[in-house]
Amino acid sequence: MTTTATPETETMMTAISADYEVVIGLEVHSQLLTASKMFCRCPANYAHAAPNSHCCPICMGFPGVLPVINHQAVEYTIMTALALNCEIPEFSKFDRKNYFYPDLPKGYQISQYDIPLSRNGYLTFTLNGQEKRVGITRVHLEEDTGRLIHLSEGGDPRTLVDLNRAGVPLMEIVSEPDMRSPEEARLYMEKLRSILVYLGVSSGKMEEAALRCDANISVRQRGETKFGVKTEIKNMNSFRAVERALTYEARRQIEELQAGRRIVQATRGWVEERGITVLQRVKEDADDYRYFPEPDLPPLVVSRAWVAEIRERMPELPDAKRTRFVAQYGLSAYDADQLTADRAWADFFEQTLKIGQPYADDAAMQARAKAVANWELGDLRARLNTDAIDITANKITPESLAELITLIERGTISGKQAKEVLEKAYASGERPDAIVAREGISQLSDAGELEGIVEEVIAANPKAVEDYRAGKAASLQFLMGQVMKRSKGRARPDIVTPLLEKRLQQA
Amino acid sequence: MLRLREISSMELTRAHLDRIEQVEGSVRAFVTVTEDEAMREAEHVDQLRREGAKLGPLAGIPIAIKDVLCTKGIVTTCSSRMLEHFKPPFDATVIKKLRAAHAIMLGKTNMDEFAMGSSTENSAFFPTRNPWDLERVPGGSSGGSAAAVAAGEAMASLGSDTGGSVRQPGALTNTVALKPTYGRVSRFGLIAFASSLDQIGPFTRNAQDAALMMQTISGHDPLDSTAMNETVPDYAAALTGDIKGMRIGVPKEYFVEGIEPGVRASVDAAIKQFEALGAEIGECSLPHTKYGIAAYYIIAPAECSANLARYDGVRYGFSARDTSGDIIAAMSETREQGFGAEVKRRIMLGTYALSSGYYDAYYLKAEKVRTLIKQDFDAAFGRFDALICPTTPGVAFKLGAKTADPYTMYLNDVFTIPANLAGICGVSFPGEFSEGLPVGVQLLGPAFGEPTLLRLVDAFQRVTDYHTRMPEVATKRKSAARKRR
Repeated sequence: MTTTATPETETMMTAISADYEVVIGLEVHSQLLTASKMFCRCPANYAHAAPNSHCCPICMGFPGVLPVINHQAVEYTIMTALALNCEIPEFSKFDRKNYFYPDLPKGYQISQYDIPLSRNGYLTFTLNGQEKRVGITRVHLEEDTGRLIHLSEGGDPRTLVDLNRAGVPLMEIVSEPDMRSPEEARLYMEKLRSILVYLGVSSGKMEEAALRCDANISVRQRGETKFGVKTEIKNMNSFRAVERALTYEARRQIEELQAGRRIVQATRGWVEERGITVLQRVKEDADDYRYFPEPDLPPLVVSRAWVAEIRERMPELPDAKRTRFVAQYGLSAYDADQLTADRAWADFFEQTLKIGQPYADDAAMQARAKAVANWELGDLRARLNTDAIDITANKITPESLAELITLIERGTISGKQAKEVLEKAYASGERPDAIVAREGISQLSDAGELEGIVEEVIAANPKAVEDYRAGKAASLQFLMGQVMKRSKGRARPDIVTPLLEKRLQQA
Repeated sequence: MLRLREISSMELTRAHLDRIEQVEGSVRAFVTVTEDEAMREAEHVDQLRREGAKLGPLAGIPIAIKDVLCTKGIVTTCSSRMLEHFKPPFDATVIKKLRAAHAIMLGKTNMDEFAMGSSTENSAFFPTRNPWDLERVPGGSSGGSAAAVAAGEAMASLGSDTGGSVRQPGALTNTVALKPTYGRVSRFGLIAFASSLDQIGPFTRNAQDAALMMQTISGHDPLDSTAMNETVPDYAAALTGDIKGMRIGVPKEYFVEGIEPGVRASVDAAIKQFEALGAEIGECSLPHTKYGIAAYYIIAPAECSANLARYDGVRYGFSARDTSGDIIAAMSETREQGFGAEVKRRIMLGTYALSSGYYDAYYLKAEKVRTLIKQDFDAAFGRFDALICPTTPGVAFKLGAKTADPYTMYLNDVFTIPANLAGICGVSFPGEFSEGLPVGVQLLGPAFGEPTLLRLVDAFQRVTDYHTRMPEVATKRKSAARKRR
């Protein structure tokens, strides 16, 4: 879920923001979750596959082969573009981007140059409680490259080529240079990932390079209107890396300028272990990729009816869901934000809530909603964060959480007991009902029995009783604690409190 | 005859393999002869026929295939060192269709390397000679396929036409050579030279055979997004012999200085013949014809510079096995050694034309010219069913005559290139000979106008006998062979 800025980056940011403004634009690549590759029928998912087992003459660039457009990939791209408020022109086309590299089987990448599938959109996220809008220049479709594996064992360096990834649909989302801090870049990435995962078009996994981020970053003195010389930062494999790398780079650029040096336009790589960016390649001129229209593919005609149909099929997006959670479930804006950032978390919440149906009235439903949100974002999230487990892979199901909350509502177990039951259910996957029954966990609610305990406590603590009667309200809490202790935590506080108060008021 | 079982497919195939053996020493049309496979297939067809299977008209017919078409498990070289030992793991769509029709593949024919050339002298292996005069070229780039049919080594063959590579060798070898409309025949498995211009087409001895070939190889293909989903007509049914009232245009820009008198006379005679058959003849103008070659030599090299980028020695084909440790240097070395001079020249031309700062002046301008040429044809086909003109400015030239200057070689395609740029269909067919050498007459038709072109050619062939003439190399050797037996 949401990561937070490390103290390290916070202090750096304070240092850089005084005299200089940071300008950041991001180029994000996302593999699409299609069944097959972009231009052939090979499976697009190559996870755990043996090298070169998911390729065919087409994605290996054999002589005589031709590409055929993956319709689903085009739909996913249009869907993403719609979610990012882009214009979708009626006419689009593919182009060849020419360059030589052993991981590029055809010697060119089929991409989109001057007429992408979409352009001119925006994405918004919450920054310090306010809405921040970042322009989207374009969203286009292309194909991924293969991978090179460099071996250097035994003094015999070799490079092997794995083409499983070659031809996997790759969507590129280019932002305007609208971000003004590394934190904004991270928030943008988090929001973008959230949208892609909501749409079901991307796994969103940066650690697997299914989602990749390159950044263009420059700095300028506050008040300056012209952009400074930018560098391109690559190899940032997590949200945290994006923020750390850009913080480092911003500071590096400012130090260069302050030392009277100029920024060299270059590509720099983020080195996670060392926490620095290093020079990879100086860009004297723009690369010449000799783009020209792909003659093997007819132009893409995107009818308005098709766009409307895709829009129909779009799932609810995070912003809409957040608004609905506040209105429908009476959740706080904060809770709604936290729950909707990740589609799986929102789904878990709603499934849990649904199990409690029917509710007597809206108030009952909203009370349950608050309880579900508290448990999901509280104890459960803490547990999942500690163990780095995905909510969909954890042993607490919406059914067990709903059951746990019902046990509390009925007074069968206390909130404190519920925490223990949750721990056990989390570890074993056993249902809360079963745990409670087997371990005999229950609350003491018998008035006669509780009265007896109250008598014992009052008799054993004359000092506290005296203090209370003298007006020291806090003594009540102490006496409550003693009751809980004697009942081994089983006494129902909602019954004990009035009993105790009544008994103390008697002389 | 096959259907009546007067002759078996094995006998027919054997006869063609014998002819190949007899004339190949001088003609050299084939890079690879697949004798064993051919005889096996022929045996299979005979078996099917004995079992009473319903077979199409191409069943058992021996056919030669230009070595630019991928054939599964059979070396497909493009007449290049780069692919000298390359065995494709799949069949081109046209090969699949021919196999399904039970045609017999005799082998793979020689060509200009990667289909770049007009004489088959650019083959990395050896030049093919014109069966009508062994001192002369058979044209190109599909020279092997043209020569094979002309010399009687195959009953039909397939070539590919990017700027005239089927029609020009057809003209020089007295064969019927058809370039179909762009998108009529699937290009899947055709090793690309210039994707927006390439089209596979047949060589045959007459219009009827061309109709049969077209019937088999045409149609949409899910593997080729540029193969159009247009109904395939009954080509044979179009050959009615009746061309009365058909309108034939004579584009004046195709009758200019530089055409050999013999060629001019042959085309004029054909025009008179069509008129005599009842066609209406009228003059028309295709004003942008003169820019065709220039536009072609921007667009085709541009596309080829990308299409040939895949030959890097990493996955298949020739690899220089440079061990310097520098991957890019190794790829360069492979390309340096693997490609011939003409291929390199065109890759460089294309790379230059697409380079930043030149793109607008060259590629974009050429695309604009292409649009204008298309519009010229659109206007002409508003008035005419077909246009008639020479296929080439001259008859077959001598080997080596044009190799020194690529530009004179390029000029050979001046009358064929516009059809590729416009994506329309065209056919070259045998006309009156000039000094003992074949002359090709060209008919151009609108998109999907193949039935019209074939009807005209068929009508012409019903009243002429040029197409029945065979070169001496075939007739003489045939009798010699008989004697040997």
